[in-house]
Amino acid sequence: MSPALALLVRDVKLAWREGGAIGVALGFYLVVVAIMPFGLGPDLNLLAHIAPGMLWVALLLAALLSADRIFHNDYEDGTLDVLATGPQSLPMVAAIKSLAHWLTTGIPLALMAPVLGLLLNLPLDAMPLLVLTMLAGTPAVSFVAAIGASLTLGLRRSGLLLALLVLPLYVPVLIFGVSTASMAIVGPGSPWPPFLMLCAISLASIVLAPLAAAAALRTAMR
Amino acid sequence: MIMSLANPTRFLSLVSAVVPWLTALVVILLGTGLYLAFFVSPPDYQQGETVRIMYVHVPAAWLAMGCYLVIAIAALGTLIWRHPLADVAAKAAAPIGATFTFVALVTGSLWGKPMWGTYWVWDARLTSMLVLFLLYLGLIALWQAIEEPGRAGRAAAILALVGAINIPIIKFSVNWWNTLHQPASVLRVDGPSIDPALLTPLFVMGAAFAALFMLLHLLAMRTEILRRRVRALQQTQVEHAVLVGA
Repeated sequence: MSPALALLVRDVKLAWREGGAIGVALGFYLVVVAIMPFGLGPDLNLLAHIAPGMLWVALLLAALLSADRIFHNDYEDGTLDVLATGPQSLPMVAAIKSLAHWLTTGIPLALMAPVLGLLLNLPLDAMPLLVLTMLAGTPAVSFVAAIGASLTLGLRRSGLLLALLVLPLYVPVLIFGVSTASMAIVGPGSPWPPFLMLCAISLASIVLAPLAAAAALRTAMR
Repeated sequence: MIMSLANPTRFLSLVSAVVPWLTALVVILLGTGLYLAFFVSPPDYQQGETVRIMYVHVPAAWLAMGCYLVIAIAALGTLIWRHPLADVAAKAAAPIGATFTFVALVTGSLWGKPMWGTYWVWDARLTSMLVLFLLYLGLIALWQAIEEPGRAGRAAAILALVGAINIPIIKFSVNWWNTLHQPASVLRVDGPSIDPALLTPLFVMGAAFAALFMLLHLLAMRTEILRRRVRALQQTQVEHAVLVGA
């Protein structure tokens, strides 16, 4: 097994066996979506109209909740120092750990969205496209969250700070993710242009974010 | 020039020499600009007297963006050249930039109430200014959260560059999302679409705000350098006390 694959498998296994890491994010997703109707009223037409936006915002919050996990444990026990001196470049390490976060958080959250969509009266035929936009957009969420996680490594109240740093950067993902789903449900126009923009943002994040995360890791480890 | 200023003492003496002149320049420009804006410039045929808000609003918005540019360039200076003052420059510029952004948002909102009938609309330009304000807050919070100045400077520099790459993308996506604000009317290929009677005070105010930014920035940098010296002195004193006590 190549070192990169070994690291990926290790991270996914840790997230899976740590217990609660994935479950807590999914539970948080459920509870955020579930309390929204209490604030907005039980009108199903209104809920159906704003369902894509609510699901996306709740997904961002749930993904951020688990983002400080990306580097934190390895930083605490010194694994990160070993990885930094290992055969792989630090940007590669950051990329693999972000990918592991996407596999263990982004994908489960995206797959859970249709179930929560039922609670919000989201039209059934819009669901495949909603899941598709979330699968396409969550790589950007995980990779950009890794920048925030590396910048706030080892700080007090790092979770709150992480949210303050990273949420403004999610504006484009949110805009294109929600417009794809809204275009498909109510129109006007084709959902594909915003969808392609979303894919472009994800691809650019995959390439660029690990460089920034690695630079931030170096400042934290010295 | 920039490299010779890497010596903080030399920089401080330059600041002391420049500050009185710059203060005089700010007073003159701001006085002239405010006089032109409030007494000379005519009311707009549509907007009436509220057009005068523009003379504060537009320069503040220019400076809000210019200030982020200063931070981004300083961030390059921190990360690439390790210039000792780059980190000080960026740290000193962030609260000033946040304030200009806040002023632009508040004056825009006060203008929006009589003109658009509401204090806030989720229009593209307002929204991107709000996001810029949030980026400033994030930068300031990161500086305050990291105690060691070296790490704080480098971490904030990385965040500033990430923000600098993101700002055009945010701007584009927000434009795509919603547009209500009037399009740019000063910097256009076919020349400004504003009457010269309104444009002259605007440019004087713009120059006044730029000079004000330079003055505040230099003073804030001087304060930051002195603060770091006090910190270093305190540390040596503590170390000395520990040595004597032992």
